[in-house]
Amino acid sequence: MEPIIHFAPYTGWVYPNETVFEWSVLIAVYPYLTGLVAGAFTVSSLYQVFGFERLKPVAHLALLTSLSFMIFVPTPLLLHLGHPERAFNSTITPHLTSAMAMFGFFASFYVALLMLEGWFAYRPFIVEQAQKRTDLLGRFYRLLTLGSYDVSEHAMRFDRKWIFALAVIGIPAAHGLHGYVGFMYGSLKAREWWSSDLMPVIFLFSAIISGVSLLAVLYVVSCKLRKITVDLACLKGLAYTIWAFIMVALVLEGLEFANIVYKGREGVDMIMQYVTGPLLVPYFILQFAIGAITPLLWLSYMIWRGTTGKALVVGVTACACLVLFSVFMMRWNVVIGGQEISKTGKGLLNYHLPFFGKEGALVAIALTLAPLALLFGLTRLFPPWADDTTHAHS
Amino acid sequence: MKNDDKPSLAARREFLSKLGRAATCTGAAIGAAALGVMPNVSAKSEPAADAGSFPTKDYDWSKHQWGFGVDATKCIGCLRCVEACKRENDVPVNAHQFRTWVERYVHLEDDPEVHIDSQQDPVNIEASGSEKEFRFANRYKDAKVDKAFFVPKLCNHCTHPACVQVCPTGATYRTEDGVVLIDHGYCIGCRYCVQACPYGARYFNEEKGVSDKCTWCYHRITKGLQPACVEVCPVGARVFGDQNDKQSPISLFIRNNRVQVLRPETGNAPNVFYVGIDKEVN
Repeated sequence: MEPIIHFAPYTGWVYPNETVFEWSVLIAVYPYLTGLVAGAFTVSSLYQVFGFERLKPVAHLALLTSLSFMIFVPTPLLLHLGHPERAFNSTITPHLTSAMAMFGFFASFYVALLMLEGWFAYRPFIVEQAQKRTDLLGRFYRLLTLGSYDVSEHAMRFDRKWIFALAVIGIPAAHGLHGYVGFMYGSLKAREWWSSDLMPVIFLFSAIISGVSLLAVLYVVSCKLRKITVDLACLKGLAYTIWAFIMVALVLEGLEFANIVYKGREGVDMIMQYVTGPLLVPYFILQFAIGAITPLLWLSYMIWRGTTGKALVVGVTACACLVLFSVFMMRWNVVIGGQEISKTGKGLLNYHLPFFGKEGALVAIALTLAPLALLFGLTRLFPPWADDTTHAHS
Repeated sequence: MKNDDKPSLAARREFLSKLGRAATCTGAAIGAAALGVMPNVSAKSEPAADAGSFPTKDYDWSKHQWGFGVDATKCIGCLRCVEACKRENDVPVNAHQFRTWVERYVHLEDDPEVHIDSQQDPVNIEASGSEKEFRFANRYKDAKVDKAFFVPKLCNHCTHPACVQVCPTGATYRTEDGVVLIDHGYCIGCRYCVQACPYGARYFNEEKGVSDKCTWCYHRITKGLQPACVEVCPVGARVFGDQNDKQSPISLFIRNNRVQVLRPETGNAPNVFYVGIDKEVN
């Protein structure tokens, strides 16, 4: 029989109970998904609230992406719990001192907000489909109209006001949600690798670049699938957004690391041994060099040279993929890396990622891809394409 | 729409003014709530106050304040405490999960590094021959030892426990008599507490799906007995008692010694007091 518990090999001195990794890859997937939600919502807000007209082609796609990923955010947590059937204990009887207890409320509020904003944004389309279709789907759309068929200019003005208000509320909600995820790690004083005041903002900015990158990739892929030309102005807008935020993200991460090294508190020797040893490749090479610096330089070059056409599409898509990878590595290096450095400050552990099993790589990959399947379904029901004539885009 | 006849400008003004009022009220409510909640959210949480449905009759938890002492100068590293704890508290039979453990610190001649191990170390497990019984292997018999000592470890039952602060359901809590416990019927098994404990005192029981740790044998101490580890210690390295009783072993231990706690900088305010530990111990 396979043992229930997998013990981690270690070097140096670690507390006996630390030899079991308690937070697995799923806990790295959780902030990754949350970050994509916040980042995608940022794009939607840039259009809805700040009037970035060039992002119009992805504005509705951003909303749907945000919703699809948000629905799957709790799944890695639920799979990880020892008693998932008790999950609602933290919502029914929340312990107010716990950062984690508030998750249920933040998440529910945000899902409700996304659904409401989506409903307003898609109302003209829903009404049109409800009136046109006579099949089962027609019934579905009629149900979704909630009895309101008024699509007059007056009603539309009212809707736009709501969309604007919801998008405004959504900005602190989405970013608060993700900043709070960073706080969950940053507020733990037991681990030097986590315990940092910068952690919430680091999470936030990496979230933004990941979400915007995801949208860039989704947009290009959707254009290819739909055999339409990519709106280069829109793609450039996304590239600018990634470029601007990636610099902030890099500076923050650099500051965080510099703080740890410069303060040189107890246990820093072990951290240095760790980052120059086992973490060298995942941290400096994969997360920074390949995932962040390369796209930053590439994007800078394209902006400087005024690259356009296919080179721009390929360049931005490749950069976006690298950023998506980098942000996942960042989550991995925080969650798994934090646990690989012993609380004793005198030893290192080695996490082994199983491929199969409840908390294995396969489940992690499936959970990361599942929102895309949902998104595919949602785009069928609610086409987010601005060029689509069937869709009265707001 | 019913309001179609209203001039749109007036309707908009009305809407905005309502929105403004709503925002003001919400802001005020959130502000007031934040002021009320803030003291509770701070790490300095209060212990559970209500005795409620206490399982042991004739036990009044408001009359005790338990404390634990460790005299590291006495510990001989026999590990009877570890075995007794495992049996008494149904701790999983393996070399990776403990409610209490003993650390060995060895300074060798001409070696600036301190060598630290515990009973879970593979060399020690090999020496004991099983994960049911524990022994420290005589691994330094051929080396020149400058200084060596043992340090028993367990949950510190902190006055401001980080584990209690982070528990999302309140399944782990601090009792009126100063013991940090876990309600296994309410724990959701998120393991946030395991991460938050700076002492590595908690582990996750995979079979039960809940976190677990030392309770100072709460089921025993509330009946007037000693914790199992204290009971079996052959040299009196572990001391337990009621800090409210000035003549109790723990009160005398604290009064008669210069005691220290582990990682005081965390602000957790541990209630396990140590004598005879060295600078490397944390």
